Amino acid sequence: MRLTLKIWKQKDSHSKGKFVNYSLDAISPNCSFLEMLDILNEQLIRQNEEPVAFDHDCREGICGTCSLYINGRPHGPDDAVTTCQLHMRKFKDGDIIVIEPWRAKPFPVVKDLIVDRSAFDKIIQEGGYISVLTGGAAEANQILVSKTNAELSMDAAACIGCGACVAACKNASAMLFVSAKVSHLGLLPQGRIEAKDRVKKMVAMMDTMGFGNCTNTYACEAECPKLISRSNIARMNREFICAKVI
Amino acid sequence: MNSSFLHFSSITKKIWMALLGLFLMLFLVVHLGINLCLLRDDGGKWFRAAAHFMGTNYIVKIFEVVLFGGFIFHILLGIILQLKNWLSRPVRYKVTNKTPTPFLSKYMIYTGAIVLTFLIIHLFNFFFIKFGWVSTHVPALDDKEPDFLGVTRYLFSQPAYSIFYIALIIGLGFHLYHAFQAAFQTLGLDHKTYTPFITGFGIFFAIVIPLGYIIIPLYFLI
Ligand code: FES
Repeated sequence: MRLTLKIWKQKDSHSKGKFVNYSLDAISPNCSFLEMLDILNEQLIRQNEEPVAFDHDCREGICGTCSLYINGRPHGPDDAVTTCQLHMRKFKDGDIIVIEPWRAKPFPVVKDLIVDRSAFDKIIQEGGYISVLTGGAAEANQILVSKTNAELSMDAAACIGCGACVAACKNASAMLFVSAKVSHLGLLPQGRIEAKDRVKKMVAMMDTMGFGNCTNTYACEAECPKLISRSNIARMNREFICAKVI
Repeated sequence: MNSSFLHFSSITKKIWMALLGLFLMLFLVVHLGINLCLLRDDGGKWFRAAAHFMGTNYIVKIFEVVLFGGFIFHILLGIILQLKNWLSRPVRYKVTNKTPTPFLSKYMIYTGAIVLTFLIIHLFNFFFIKFGWVSTHVPALDDKEPDFLGVTRYLFSQPAYSIFYIALIIGLGFHLYHAFQAAFQTLGLDHKTYTPFITGFGIFFAIVIPLGYIIIPLYFLI
């Protein structure tokens, strides 16, 4: 495959960035998207040019480190995959691919395509945990959990915190991410104890960090590589109302 | 508007937005009920009776204040939320987002602006006459009450006005199309069984209510 890449290049968070064009030849359709970028970077290094900086780690779709807004969609044109799981067969020979970093005020660009997603960590620090004293493992059936709640909680826990929800949302809202965390803990008996405090604090931090407001466009759900459902947002709203009113 | 109003959390603002939105939808139904009286072939008896009731009843007058408050807060909250949303992405994407989203869900502020335009025009055309803030050359009734039937007939006899009215009402329909279901989602009222029904009813509401309003100018035009 022959490709033209238009990639956002930015020296650091203070510099002004710009799009730079690159050409690639003989890319196998079986390459993953990140392997294609590896090939580009090897080529750039050989030419004594600076490689393109992008985030990645597991390359198995489980860590949430990779990002990239590809041709107008977070994680590219495929559904329910992360960028590392995206393959070049999703593109056509001769395609022009525009690659941008996640754009959101709370996700400042660090370099090229890498953004600082520590705003998510700050939200987690506000309540994305349960407080327990460590000790011997409790008997598994001591606290009963309904099958439905266990399933819903596990579905919400599938969130890898990649930030595609924020990147896709026209308001750069983090509601899907926060609601997944609030749901996955709040649906289980161990998480109920701190549920009210959790939702209030996490929502407050989400606002403080500068994320936008949800306007129910559900772009987040459409782009989530882990198919986190919008019903988590409704659950968080419910939880929030109860925490404030009752 | 004090600063604590601005400092409500994003979800609190949205909950108020949803509650007020649902309240305003209820008002649309009541108003449509009165409008449909115009279709009766009784020389405007029913419509005049309804207009008289709305203009003189004390409970309605109290409700009017609540209604105005509802409109103002819904609009203000919408603007505040939207400004924050714009500020949340100071650097835009080069490629326009291609994520599939429900019809018109991304354009609520714009369809809302159409509804606001309609509201302002409508207030000038009808409501403000009641207070004498706006004059009309349609003479008042014997008991000094404004002749809303006459004003309606006069306005809708002008095709340009009717077409403009219909266009704005279609804008209202677009606003409602997303608003109904979204209000329930914001209030946390999401359920495997009921949400599809709510979504379906929202679409039905967004089509039927504007159609009801559109029938009136068509009736006078044809
Ligand atoms: S690199 Fe870990 S999910 Fe993509």
